[in-house]
Amino acid sequence: MEKRYWNEYQKEIADDHYFYERSCIRQTFFPGSEAAFLRILRDELGKDICDNPHQHTCTGIGYHSDVVPFETTMTVVARLFALMTEAGYENYVPSCVTSFGVFSEMVEKWEHDPELLAKTRQWLWEATKREFNIPKNIAHPSDIIYKNRFDLQPKMKYQLVNRFTGKPLRVVEHIGCHYAKIFPDKGIGKAEFPYVLAGMIEAWGGEVIDYPERRHCCGFGFRQYLVRENRGYSVSNTKKKFESMEPYEPDFILTNCPGCAMFMDKWQYTIAEMENKTFDHEGYGIPVLTYEELTGLLLGYDPWTLGLQLHQVQSEPLLEKIGIAYNPGEKYKGISGRLLPRPASPECLKQI
Amino acid sequence: MNNLKSYLEQDSRANDALKACMNCGMCTAVCPAAEFYDYDPRRICDTVQRGNEDEIEALLKEDTIWYCGQCMSCKTRCPRGNVPGELIQVLRRASQELGYFTESEKGEQQKRLMNSIGSNVLEIGYCVYPDRVFPEEHPEQGPIWEWYIENIEEIAPKLGANYHGKGPGALRDIPEEDLEEVRKIFEVTGGMKFRETVQNT
Repeated sequence: MEKRYWNEYQKEIADDHYFYERSCIRQTFFPGSEAAFLRILRDELGKDICDNPHQHTCTGIGYHSDVVPFETTMTVVARLFALMTEAGYENYVPSCVTSFGVFSEMVEKWEHDPELLAKTRQWLWEATKREFNIPKNIAHPSDIIYKNRFDLQPKMKYQLVNRFTGKPLRVVEHIGCHYAKIFPDKGIGKAEFPYVLAGMIEAWGGEVIDYPERRHCCGFGFRQYLVRENRGYSVSNTKKKFESMEPYEPDFILTNCPGCAMFMDKWQYTIAEMENKTFDHEGYGIPVLTYEELTGLLLGYDPWTLGLQLHQVQSEPLLEKIGIAYNPGEKYKGISGRLLPRPASPECLKQI
Repeated sequence: MNNLKSYLEQDSRANDALKACMNCGMCTAVCPAAEFYDYDPRRICDTVQRGNEDEIEALLKEDTIWYCGQCMSCKTRCPRGNVPGELIQVLRRASQELGYFTESEKGEQQKRLMNSIGSNVLEIGYCVYPDRVFPEEHPEQGPIWEWYIENIEEIAPKLGANYHGKGPGALRDIPEEDLEEVRKIFEVTGGMKFRETVQNT
């Protein structure tokens, strides 16, 4: 019998009353995903989640790009925890995987070094006259969707099944490095057998692809992407993953980190334009979805409200496979109902 | 600078990052940067552990320490519980504080990062924001990103965002009183002094 290693590594995920922290990257590239997550929690699951207007960046990208010192990031994190404390919450839910790693790191440092915690409290008080409690629970939003995957399933209009063949869709799941590689105990299934996305895929009818470079980084690399001349590092690492998954013919890629979702989408365009190479048969590329987009799609949310029109790799072939109803005429309409000019087409990557 | 080893140890992360390396090379085997660059985290741990002042100073002035992508895959695999990626953070900080970073091409890039990501944090409260991901600087983002930026006022609200709005929501403007508190945190904790050091070196 196959051994289910992930089952040995579970984490506690709070059941309700969450304080949500927005992600710089997810807001920038996938604003519809954050809206969908709040809608799913409130409307589908009846949970209480606070979206505080006074929040700000955790500085995580600056921290890992080495432009924000450790003590500064630590105290910025403390201010965010103060906002949570003042709002009467104990369960912290950061949208970004980098943030999830940063918050987990700071809490661990405080647990091992009470003097550092005392100093942080002092710095925060000096700067803002605020005080904070350490959250009782820190969970990534993908943890919460995972925890409720079987409650969501009966509400879903669609399953991860190819309607033309009747077979489960074959899915590559990509977990952001900072979800479990830094603190394996903080991730469902730990770092070697993370199950947070695989659990959703299996619960909703799909089949998870195991491929050699499954745990390889998406290639972001912070300064390796943010500085233009370093981007060869980023695209090379992503290409390595695509080459490794290509023989398994995935129907789509699912991610829990907003940066990974963006890179795996945009680098497919870049590689196609540079080398006239795509990693699917038809030349459209492999669609990449955030877990919020996937959950929303299966629940019957409109693809163009979820934001699939912002993906460079087109999603329509996947929508057709699942049988999701959509209106092509709405794709390029704005909030006013006006039809916007169509985006330019890439030279090599096929556009719908 | 004398006694660089002690200087590095002033960073409270240093002891967590490097406890006792046995040079097994597991970190290098799993490292994405080691596949792309001539980069060997095992050697960096060895150099710092050896404690030779000249070697550490040379390390702080080289491109090498800037090759790491901070994925932290090394942390998961090190059998001794070391964190080479965290040691890199300690070394990069020291290189900037001591002014050594400008002696390498990769290190010099920190000035640009400070003026992009570092400025974003202080000016708008985001590390990244659509208005500052300029299509001309990001050709890899493709034509859809260009289309989004050109039409963002029509598209972002359709996706539930509160673009440049007040109150909660994605892409809202962060209130000035909150930004002011973030800036005060930078002043109190040394973030502002660090920024000036990098900009003025």
